Amino acid sequence: MEAVLALEDGRVFRGRGHGASNKRFGEVVFNTSLSGYQEILTDPSYAGQIVILTYPHIGNYGTNSLDSEAIQPYAEGLVVREICEAASNWRSEEEISNFLCHHNVPIISDIDTRALVMHLRKHGAMRGVLSTIGGGDTELVAEAKSSPSMVGLDLASRVTTQTRYEWTKPSGSIDGARAQESPKARFKVVAYDFGIKQNILRRLVDSGCAVTIVPASTSAREVLELKPDGVFLSNGPGDPEPVEYAARAVRGLLGRVPVFGICLGHQIIGLALGGNTYKLKFGHHGGNHPVLNLETNKVEITAQNHGFAVDPDSLNINEVVLTHRNLNDDTLEGLRHKSLPLFSVQYHPEASPGPHDSAYLFGNFVRMMEEFKKPGKA
Amino acid sequence: MPKRTDLRKIMIIGSGPIVIGQACEFDYSGTQACKALRADGYEIVLVNSNPATIMTDPEIADRTYVEPLTAEYLEAIIEREHPDAILPTVGGQTALNLSVELAEKGILERNNVQLIGASLNAIKMAEDRFWFKDTMGKIGLDVPLSVLVTKVDAALKACEKIGFPLIIRPSFTLGGSGSGTAYNREEFEEMVRWGIELSPVHEVLVEQSVLGWKEFELEVMRDHADNAVVVCSIENVDPMGVHTGDSITVAPAQTLTDKEYQRMRDAAFAVIRAVGVETGGSNIQFAVEPRTGRMVVIEMNPRVSRSSALASKATGFPIAKIAARLAVGYRLDEIPNDITKKTPSCFEPTIDYVVAKIPKWAQEKFPEADHTLGTQMKSVGEVMAIGRTFKEALMKGMRSLETGRKTPKPPQDPSELLRRLAVPHPERLWDLFFAFAAGHSVESLEEITHIDPWFLNQIQQIVELQGELKRFDEKSIPPPALREAKRFGFSDAHLGEIWNVSAESVRMRRAETGVRPVFKRVDTCAAEFESFTPYLYSSYEDEDEAAPTDRKKVLILGSGPNRIGQGIEFDYCCCHAAFALKEEGFESVMVNCNPETVSTDYDTSDRLYFEPLTFEDVMAIVEEEKPYGVIVQFGGQTPLNLARQLKNAGVPIIGTSPASIHLAEDRKQFGKLLERMDIPQPENGAAKNVEEALAIANRIGFPVLVRPSFVLGGRAMVVAYDEATLKNYVARAEELQQAFPILVDRFLENATEVDVDALSDGRDVLVAGIMQHIEEAGIHSGDSSCVLPPALIPESNRQTLREYTVKLARELKVVGLMNAQYAIQAGKVFVLEVNPRASRTIPYVSKATGVPLAKLAARLMVGRKLKEFGLPEELPVRSHYVKSPVFPFRKFPGVDTILGPEMKSTGEVMGIGETFGLAYAKAQIAAGLRVPTEGQVFISVNDHDKPGVIPIARDLAKMDFKLVATSGTAAILGKAGLRVEKVFKVNEGRPNVVDLIRNGSLAMLINTPLGKASRYDEKSIRHAAVQHGVSCITTLSAAAAIVSGIEAQRNQEIRVISLQELHQTAASA
Ligand SMILES: Nc1ncnc2c1ncn2[C@@H]1O[C@H](COP(=O)(O)OP(=O)(O)O)[C@@H](O)[C@H]1O
Ligand SMILES: Nc1ncnc2c1ncn2[C@@H]1O[C@H](COP(=O)(O)OP(=O)(O)O)[C@@H](O)[C@H]1O
Ligand SMILES: [Mg+2]
Ligand SMILES: [Mg+2]
Repeated sequence: MEAVLALEDGRVFRGRGHGASNKRFGEVVFNTSLSGYQEILTDPSYAGQIVILTYPHIGNYGTNSLDSEAIQPYAEGLVVREICEAASNWRSEEEISNFLCHHNVPIISDIDTRALVMHLRKHGAMRGVLSTIGGGDTELVAEAKSSPSMVGLDLASRVTTQTRYEWTKPSGSIDGARAQESPKARFKVVAYDFGIKQNILRRLVDSGCAVTIVPASTSAREVLELKPDGVFLSNGPGDPEPVEYAARAVRGLLGRVPVFGICLGHQIIGLALGGNTYKLKFGHHGGNHPVLNLETNKVEITAQNHGFAVDPDSLNINEVVLTHRNLNDDTLEGLRHKSLPLFSVQYHPEASPGPHDSAYLFGNFVRMMEEFKKPGKA
Repeated sequence: MPKRTDLRKIMIIGSGPIVIGQACEFDYSGTQACKALRADGYEIVLVNSNPATIMTDPEIADRTYVEPLTAEYLEAIIEREHPDAILPTVGGQTALNLSVELAEKGILERNNVQLIGASLNAIKMAEDRFWFKDTMGKIGLDVPLSVLVTKVDAALKACEKIGFPLIIRPSFTLGGSGSGTAYNREEFEEMVRWGIELSPVHEVLVEQSVLGWKEFELEVMRDHADNAVVVCSIENVDPMGVHTGDSITVAPAQTLTDKEYQRMRDAAFAVIRAVGVETGGSNIQFAVEPRTGRMVVIEMNPRVSRSSALASKATGFPIAKIAARLAVGYRLDEIPNDITKKTPSCFEPTIDYVVAKIPKWAQEKFPEADHTLGTQMKSVGEVMAIGRTFKEALMKGMRSLETGRKTPKPPQDPSELLRRLAVPHPERLWDLFFAFAAGHSVESLEEITHIDPWFLNQIQQIVELQGELKRFDEKSIPPPALREAKRFGFSDAHLGEIWNVSAESVRMRRAETGVRPVFKRVDTCAAEFESFTPYLYSSYEDEDEAAPTDRKKVLILGSGPNRIGQGIEFDYCCCHAAFALKEEGFESVMVNCNPETVSTDYDTSDRLYFEPLTFEDVMAIVEEEKPYGVIVQFGGQTPLNLARQLKNAGVPIIGTSPASIHLAEDRKQFGKLLERMDIPQPENGAAKNVEEALAIANRIGFPVLVRPSFVLGGRAMVVAYDEATLKNYVARAEELQQAFPILVDRFLENATEVDVDALSDGRDVLVAGIMQHIEEAGIHSGDSSCVLPPALIPESNRQTLREYTVKLARELKVVGLMNAQYAIQAGKVFVLEVNPRASRTIPYVSKATGVPLAKLAARLMVGRKLKEFGLPEELPVRSHYVKSPVFPFRKFPGVDTILGPEMKSTGEVMGIGETFGLAYAKAQIAAGLRVPTEGQVFISVNDHDKPGVIPIARDLAKMDFKLVATSGTAAILGKAGLRVEKVFKVNEGRPNVVDLIRNGSLAMLINTPLGKASRYDEKSIRHAAVQHGVSCITTLSAAAAIVSGIEAQRNQEIRVISLQELHQTAASA
């Protein structure tokens, strides 16, 4: 099967096709993680994006039911140097190409992915079309050009849950030998789903939370009616600006309940606090970004996946403390409110994939809820 | 927090001679550490006994001590230099163990010296296998069940409950010394006894076997603020049971999901924190059960290791340099990433290629030894290859090994193949190829080898493609299929073999069809950021990133993997060439595939190509870079072998011409040249069969030295004393290809061997060093101790040596370096061979004279003249310098330790002293041998040596040594009026000499070979001596030398001196 990846600026790559016979468009981004392709592909934040994985061998350990971040893949397409059709791992249940095929995701392999990444590094993330059903260069490039742009697109509403549901599963054990026990739920958390990764939910449960997931459009009043101990704002795809309804909700929650946000949730908090967001040239997508915690002066190696960021200069420093900074490019990675119980990070403390250095933030959230519960606070 | 200002002077301990398990990687790490700390303004005192290293170059440290690595000598240096701190973590196990010893003896405290990088406690917790396990248990990490034992009988009882097979692992050893797998009681007892003896603390850990589990390593860095990163993950293709140093390994890990990998990463951080390695790099090894994923911790090395060198080269993250800076107080986020310039070193490198490391063994050097691979490391070197896929990396790695042969042939008997696969051995990788070609499945091979199916599947894909390629030939192959083959890593030579045509025809087909490689960069970040260091590898992809400059540039071809006969000395020379060329304003471009070396550090040269040293790969670089010149004379035999082919392809070789190189290499032609020049050589002839060989031998007289014509490094050379040996040799040679004609030389008995190194610009010649060997001709120059200045060679002979050397250099129009080997028999000088290239002795001579010969040679090659350097005709040497070899016999039990014309040593040390005796004694101590000052000496010599041994014995007796001897020798000594006790030979009864050795009642042995009859006897004596670390001297000349060494030792306290001081006095004199 032949496959084509056409970019809006006219560059075309031809390689081998795998996965679904299909044609899909999206913003083409690259992720530099060495492992964790299943988590990446099933992360709803990748909705609307075609993902290049820079590590050349993908599929080595197959896929399994524990490692998905959602019930289906969200990436529009996968671009790799070589796809492995003979997975080897004790947990593997299905080859990656079959897994993606079931969910209509096409794969292109055997192209010079490094050349492609350098192209995007120079020219920025751009729209593209990935086809495993043929198509001429000019026609595909034209399609890429006419596909919708990320900027201004409300993708969260596309991937959010339609209905409210509960989550109680903790992180599973990977060697089966030691089954993880569910800790007792001491806090009731309402989680906004803008495209939430399941590992966030598992981490919340691990930290002693009972979680209710609500649709992105849920209002502050509806949330408060649930009498939560804390509210969580999830990650999600695309541009935060069109999700202004969520920023409005955050303003309604501010001070009334502890709030913790990750990624898109962090950007929405930034907007709610009066700040601006902007699009990064090619975003941060990987598992090796150093972030300095400005309050402890310690570095965390973080998992990241975002194309937009909060402009720190747009925030009111009388109200907001900048807590985390990216050491590669000095972008803002975390903030908290000076007096009210609210904090957020741009990166992914739930990892999956990625390092666990920032898992402490779930503990911070729990402590914040504990504090807030103390008599005299609420 | 920036660097510490309370420290001013830091001492760095090197790792000593190259031995199995501890090779050039510590030259690389030590050199990085010295450079980094000096750049930070610290004064560096360096100690290393190995003169062949870059780190012992006088420019690298402020004070450089080439002295034995023992606590006594280090104490003397500490007392002289008063360092504020010692960095113990960049000199391998040697430096770590010495630092522990210095601390425990109170030497550090007495002199107010701190350990930086790793505390005493951390080192001990990591190295003491039992304490380490205990700690793992406390932090909730799983380890194999184990018992710590110090006595054999207690061990058996304790271990019965774990059950066989059992793994024996001595504490505080390196390269798995003394470890092994016991499948039964008998093996168990023997191994435990041996392990207890080898362990410096006399304890071993007996452990439950996890043979066949997947083996992984993580390279971790931590700073004092507790920031920690994993630099690289490494997966071993060979599962648990084969030492990681002997395993084919791959970076990054291939078969772990992110969850599994992160669990390992968390565990690694937990380990480094629990052990308390506050700053620097550590290597942590894990095993994972392939069916359940159960993970256990195997060990941690609280220091920079062989794997860290690999990880540095694999990712571009300079672990040793950063470890050194962390040790003086920097944080990871305060140190910039050299490659991207913009981002900090506090990150985890990510790569977009695959790295494969393949070890290189020396099985051909020790044919009698058992080459089964196990928990004790046996390889002598390694190659690393970078490809965009595992297949490409593996295939590039395989051709980097320079096995000196075409693709090997599978065994005739198919069941033999399976038997071979079941036991890990050096050729197993090739056997896997055969097995797939024979139709075996991934499943069945997994069952036999326990190698992960992912790797097996990759190899199977290569074999399948190879099958498909057979359907074509070099003319009919469609360009896409040719490109696909190249993308799989097939070399032109390999394709040529498949199609039965020359590599050149495949190359031509590629040129026609435009199938050529591009170069990609190693940049630590998978192209996320721009990279500023041209560290490159080739791949068959679309876009080229080499971006060659238009500066005038010189390509330096490196020496490839370490092996016996070609090691670190050549890397030393290549690095020097790079330094000199930079100074001359050229751009230096390095090509090499050995990850252990300084030459493959991205800041040694201006541009680095991490590539195999084959014609095809070098040509691709030449075409890319279009250099002004290519240097082939520094990388040992490897680049020399390519010289003619490169020249014919129009490549500008600079320095001595390939034609001259060839002339010197071709013994027959060279013999004719010597004849014409009227320079004596041993009489010789070339034989095509047994009859001719016998005829020649009878003409020139026995003994004769015989060798196949194609070999290098003294390989397969034998001294034949009689017709039977000669016949037997020729008969065996008939089994080899290319062995004929066999060269037969008169063997010069009782001749003194001399090495001469010279520099020439084509007209003027500088005699850089005349080195006299202690062992006589017949013992390979690399295995003989050698001495500067050559005090015992009469001036008349020296004059002849100079004269011949100058004549030869002129005749061969040498531009650069030349090495000539001579033998002086009864006052007459014979030429043994001439190597128009850098030799093993270049670093040694450079250090003794203070003149950087390799640098000067590089300058001559780019057009400078000797006159410009203002040097005398012969370099003066002040003081005495003895270079002594170090042997790997302990790793190959059962191998005879007798020396001969075939080189067996892996490394060397240098001793410096005001007298020859002192220098020799130091060299012996540095080589790990005891120089006794009292006790009992055993003497047993052949008839020929009997008169000569008397004065030696008399000197020993004068120094109050007790003498014991076998009957014949005892009789002679008795007659000479010496008191001597008789002792049984091995087959005469008991207690015999071996019992004496085992009981530790001998201080030294002098045992010259007696000939066939007593071979068994001698072999067991020498064997026992090696195993028990007693010096066993096998030549009279060495015996005389050691006697002067003993005298010097007895009469003088320890004295140390730095190279800088020596060179200064040399310069001012
Ligand atoms: N319990 C075990 N079962 C099987 N193989 C083992 C076990 N422990 C160690 N090994 C093997 O022995 C090798 C050397 O052991 P290690 O402790 O790493 O020694 P070294 O200090 O020489 O590196 C390992 O690389 C591994 O392959
Ligand atoms: N004719 C000879 N008589 C005695 N010893 C010899 C003779 N030729 C060579 N040797 C010994 O064999 C060793 C190896 O031979 P050499 O010609 O130097 O080969 P290589 O290329 O391996 O260095 C020498 O170092 C020397 O000790
Ligand atoms: Mg080990
Ligand atoms: Mg020689």
